[in-house]
Amino acid sequence: MEPSLASYLALSGILFTIGCVGVIFKRNAIGMFMCIELMLNAVNLTFVAFSRYYGDVTGQLFVFMVMSVAAAEAAVGLGIIIAFFRNSQSVDVDDASILKN
Amino acid sequence: MVSTVLFFLFAGLAIASAISMVYHKNPLYSAISLVGVFIALSCIYVTLAAPFIAAVQILIYAGAIMVLVVFVIMLLNLEEDKPLNRLRYLYALGGGLGVILLAQTLFIFYAVMKAPNTPADQTMSAGKTLSLGRAMYTEYLLPVEIVGVLLLMAIIGAVILTRRLSQPQLELVVEHELELEHKADH
Repeated sequence: MEPSLASYLALSGILFTIGCVGVIFKRNAIGMFMCIELMLNAVNLTFVAFSRYYGDVTGQLFVFMVMSVAAAEAAVGLGIIIAFFRNSQSVDVDDASILKN
Repeated sequence: MVSTVLFFLFAGLAIASAISMVYHKNPLYSAISLVGVFIALSCIYVTLAAPFIAAVQILIYAGAIMVLVVFVIMLLNLEEDKPLNRLRYLYALGGGLGVILLAQTLFIFYAVMKAPNTPADQTMSAGKTLSLGRAMYTEYLLPVEIVGVLLLMAIIGAVILTRRLSQPQLELVVEHELELEHKADH
């Protein structure tokens, strides 16, 4: 007996919500970045679960694409964080308000 | 039966690690907890008959992205988050929004429950690396090429973003000196 598709989707929903709440609560940019990675992983889980339950390989292929985009995002995002740290000596997103005035 | 037990074991591990990631103030502890989530999800992918995705999950997420994140945390020598600089009711608001989002997500999944409730045939070749590669290089060749271009752009973007800007300033100084010499000649 295997767990039903709905249980995989529920796990994915819970992980996505934790990631989303983390983006709201976290204040340093790297923490927010890691929460976004968690949300991407939650979506990957739905892709693989649907791929398993429909017997179609396309879902796993799109998981591969999502991983590539996440890798690109990691490179550029961490580059932006380092550039921001070099300018303001902090990665606190509350300090990133120079466009406000 | 075994797969149900494994699913609930790794699902609990993933949720516990995720909560620990959001809870910890120290970014390094968050990163280690996130590696725990990735490993638990990778084990779930194995029970979902997707061994290639499980291996790639460990290689790319736990192996490459998290090493990069930990490297940046070490490089910047980050301190812990300062506690509660924002107003407290904003935190309550965030928690409330999270609960609403969770309810919405679970409702959507409840609404699409008509999906097949038993896995497809075990002998199906979906998930085998062979069929995945065949689909990747025939039917989905264009997306794969686009992802390749995207990765190249990411490399160039990262290099440009993190480059030190000493070179242009040096040129400016040299120009300034040349100007001064020019004036001195006159």
